[in-house]
Amino acid sequence: MISHLRSLWLVFKHMFHKRETIQYPEEKPYLPPRWRGRIVLTRDPDGMERCVACYLCAAACPVDCISLQATEDENGRRYPEFFRINFSRCIFCGYCEDACPTYAIQLIPDFEMAEYDRQNLVYEKEDLLISGQGKYHGYNFYRVAGVDAGVKPKGGGETESEPVDVRKLLP
Amino acid sequence: MATIYIDNVPYQVKDGDNMLSACLALGFNITYFCWHPALHSVGACRQCAIVRYRDENDTRGRIVMACMEPVVDQARISIESPEAKKFRTQNIESLMINHPHDCPVCDEGGECHLQDMTVMSGHNYRRYRFKKRTHLNQYLGPFLHHEMNRCIQCYRCVRFYNDYAEGKDFGVFAVHDDVYFGRFTPGVLENEFSGNLVEVCPTGVFTDKTLRKHYTRKWDLTNAPTICHHCSLGCNIIASERYGSLRRILNRYNGEVNGYFICDRGRFGYEHVNSERRIRHALKQDPAGQWQGMKTKQALAEIQQKLRAARKVIGIGSPRASLESNFLLQQLVGADHFYAGVSAKQAKLVQEVLHIMQNSGVRTPSLKETESYDAILVLGEDVTHTAPMLALTLRQAAKNQPKEKAKALKIAEWNDAAVREVIQGQKGPLFIAAPYATRLDDAARACHRAHPDVLAQLGFAVAHQIDAHAPTVETSGAVQAFVSQVAEALQAARKPLIVAGTSLMHEALIHAAANVALALKKLGKQSGLFYIVPEVNSLGLTMLGGQDLDAALEEVEKGGVDMAIVLENDLYRRLPAERVDRFFQRVPTVVVLDALANRTGEKAQYVLPAGTFAESSGTVVNNEGRAQRFYQVFKPHDDIRSSWKWLQQFVNDSALAQTNLDGVIIRLTAAYPDLKGILEAAPGADFRVGTQKIPREPHRYSGRTAMLAHIQVSEPKPPEDPDSPLSFTMEGYVGTPPAPLTPFFWSPGWNSVQSVNKYQQEIAGMLKGGNPGKRLIEASEQATMSYFTDMPTVSMPPNGQLSIWPAYHIFGSEELSAQSAPIQERIPEPYVAISTADAAKLQVNEGMRVQMQLNGTTIELTVQVRNDIPEGLAAIPAGWEAWAGITYPFFTTLNPIHS
Repeated sequence: MISHLRSLWLVFKHMFHKRETIQYPEEKPYLPPRWRGRIVLTRDPDGMERCVACYLCAAACPVDCISLQATEDENGRRYPEFFRINFSRCIFCGYCEDACPTYAIQLIPDFEMAEYDRQNLVYEKEDLLISGQGKYHGYNFYRVAGVDAGVKPKGGGETESEPVDVRKLLP
Repeated sequence: MATIYIDNVPYQVKDGDNMLSACLALGFNITYFCWHPALHSVGACRQCAIVRYRDENDTRGRIVMACMEPVVDQARISIESPEAKKFRTQNIESLMINHPHDCPVCDEGGECHLQDMTVMSGHNYRRYRFKKRTHLNQYLGPFLHHEMNRCIQCYRCVRFYNDYAEGKDFGVFAVHDDVYFGRFTPGVLENEFSGNLVEVCPTGVFTDKTLRKHYTRKWDLTNAPTICHHCSLGCNIIASERYGSLRRILNRYNGEVNGYFICDRGRFGYEHVNSERRIRHALKQDPAGQWQGMKTKQALAEIQQKLRAARKVIGIGSPRASLESNFLLQQLVGADHFYAGVSAKQAKLVQEVLHIMQNSGVRTPSLKETESYDAILVLGEDVTHTAPMLALTLRQAAKNQPKEKAKALKIAEWNDAAVREVIQGQKGPLFIAAPYATRLDDAARACHRAHPDVLAQLGFAVAHQIDAHAPTVETSGAVQAFVSQVAEALQAARKPLIVAGTSLMHEALIHAAANVALALKKLGKQSGLFYIVPEVNSLGLTMLGGQDLDAALEEVEKGGVDMAIVLENDLYRRLPAERVDRFFQRVPTVVVLDALANRTGEKAQYVLPAGTFAESSGTVVNNEGRAQRFYQVFKPHDDIRSSWKWLQQFVNDSALAQTNLDGVIIRLTAAYPDLKGILEAAPGADFRVGTQKIPREPHRYSGRTAMLAHIQVSEPKPPEDPDSPLSFTMEGYVGTPPAPLTPFFWSPGWNSVQSVNKYQQEIAGMLKGGNPGKRLIEASEQATMSYFTDMPTVSMPPNGQLSIWPAYHIFGSEELSAQSAPIQERIPEPYVAISTADAAKLQVNEGMRVQMQLNGTTIELTVQVRNDIPEGLAAIPAGWEAWAGITYPFFTTLNPIHS
């Protein structure tokens, strides 16, 4: 008897609580900036693709839903020839973002990707690549890497000295 | 055996070894860079530090380098002591100071020895905050990419390239931490084994340029253990695929065949698999000469119907097709109508080689075994170009006798720098008798250049000098001096080796080599005889029997042949074009099974897309008589399938038509007891580890649910492989599979090729469970072969003419690799090389264009005037498509073109 009354009282009390239900889609939920939603490929501050096609995201992916092929431009800059994510398999775990050494692949606060046809959930590079830097600004991998990929010459990086003259014998 | 104590636990190890190699063989993980099992120890990188104790009462010990510490009985060492661990971590931190932030764009990433060692040593944080030294890269040719920033100065590259392969155009420049490894000026790396730098370099300084064009990480590749098809040595390789194209070739260690290295033709000659000239669907040529694609089913039905209607069908086999394919063709057409697909002259030569191998009682060593011989005579072969890896092993063998001095001084063989200091560039008894300069001459103690007939006489004379019962021959003074020098050296040796082959198409040379080996055997020497044959399965095809191609053409001339099936064979590379043209005129229906479009295919009525080595499984027999299984790397998306699977569709024997590879092999061995050994070449298709197949893909294989999603989002069922215990997926047994079934080398913590240590019984020794392959021919003690007596007389050309002989090229002379884009960059321009005396007579100069008559056609060549060519002789590159089918030697004139 007492428990029944207690339950009634609790239900009654909930009438005065803040409502959790929101009127989606008229009203959008708040998503924190680091919410793991739709995956994008970002660009570096110079507007070039950040992805260097290192395959680490694909290796980290627990459901193996990322596939890509590396290629190079005339400067030796490596980038993906194609980059495909099968979102019908993706579990939005964010491991790919963790694995990415260049901040190229990022998960953004967007989940509105529903499709009637599963085939439409296969995203190619054109669908993934955005024109901005995403969450992490100012990083360009090729400025700190040792290779010359048309971004800086050999020895042109901040932490690099001029290339060695191999025919000099001075100590 | 010696007992050593590692961290107070006793172990039995091999005496005379070094501690590093002993510890690695026991399964311990010690970090190292400069040590390499084939290049031995120099103690340069200081990475393999361990603590060595004086005795059991010594608690302090001293830090030593494991690779320079000999194994002695009762030695006490510690790998895990805190001092040693700290030393290794700090050492790698110094080595890594200048290493760039490159891993994501470095081709070595994921299979990098430096990454593995860094993780293993525990160095995980860079404290150094100053600037890194940088280097400019060099262009090194179509095979290798150079990225010098990544260098950690282990010196392995120069030690391989200069000391082991004896290349001349590579070196180390500059001083202290600026040292630079490269060429004096940018340019193509000339050595034929340069590709091994990819595997020798512990990091990404030298990487595979052909892989770079379609780069894939090691963990994403589908691999299969296979056999190199580009010469008769049958080196073991790993071929790797991704997205339906072949990505790269790596060496697959086999302690009896290729060891740690392969040649550049084997490594970079694979691109023909991805060629635009590949035949991908069945094709039919209508009478008007128009080609049309066909559905497989329709093609099969039409050919089957033609076969039923035909009165006489002949089959032409091929030395570059597997035993199984040749056997099925033979079963289809009948043994009487099966022709081996090589010219009569070529067929005779290989038959002679086989006869000698089976009956002489002289051992044919394995490729790796040739390294153990201490005196060598090469008779008429430019081994670097006809069997490249043999040149590398002979270079090591030539150091055996000078090494005796080091042994006498009690210097361990693995103490590389000290041994070299003792040798001081001395050359062992390696003698080369060839018509012109060979790429191995620089390693030889003496060379003799003469007409091949003279070389054969020379061989006979050597045999006669060793054993007076051998037939005698008259030789000139210059030859006699060389003969005496060779005969004395061979007689003084413990294990003399004679190398000869079929490349000059000269039977007497083969006989002369056999005579020398027989004479040495009579003397009680452990002599060896190593013949080089033309192609990957030349010996296997000869063991299957069958008449030659000339006989097939005669049969066709007789009439009545209304259908022919040509198996993986470009007949225009076998016989002169006009004779082959006649063949196509006389036979109304020709079915060609081949992988690449060629002249033979163009003349056929039906062309069926056959798999290359990458798309088929089968067995081949190398020049040593070793049967080796090669496995399909991937299942192509188009209609390509193994030749033997095509032929199965046509045979009248339903049991044979429906069986898998094993079933074919069982039928083959039943018909050929000599080939019974091929059953043991590798485990059968029903082999399982527990219940599991062996995966072709590493366990980190990525992209499975996305790689085909653009075609169909629902993943297809993975292809099945009924012909082997390998699966096309990543699921299955993870561990060390039997050696013939090892699709890739990997071990926890060892992602690079160095993980092969974990697959060996002892370092640089046999693979666990035995080396792959089964020798089919063993020398018998009872053999009584008598000396050959067919001494040739020297046939010089009539006045004004030249005797034309073939000059082989590692890049260009072999049919399939010559279709590979990177190899094509290295193929020399067509030339004719003549002697200085003949150049003066003909009044031609170096670089001049001349015309030459070849079987009725005229070809244009550039003259090379060389002083290594004997007078009256001329050489043209062998195997060039325009004149691949001619028979050497022939006499002709050169006509200078005056513009």
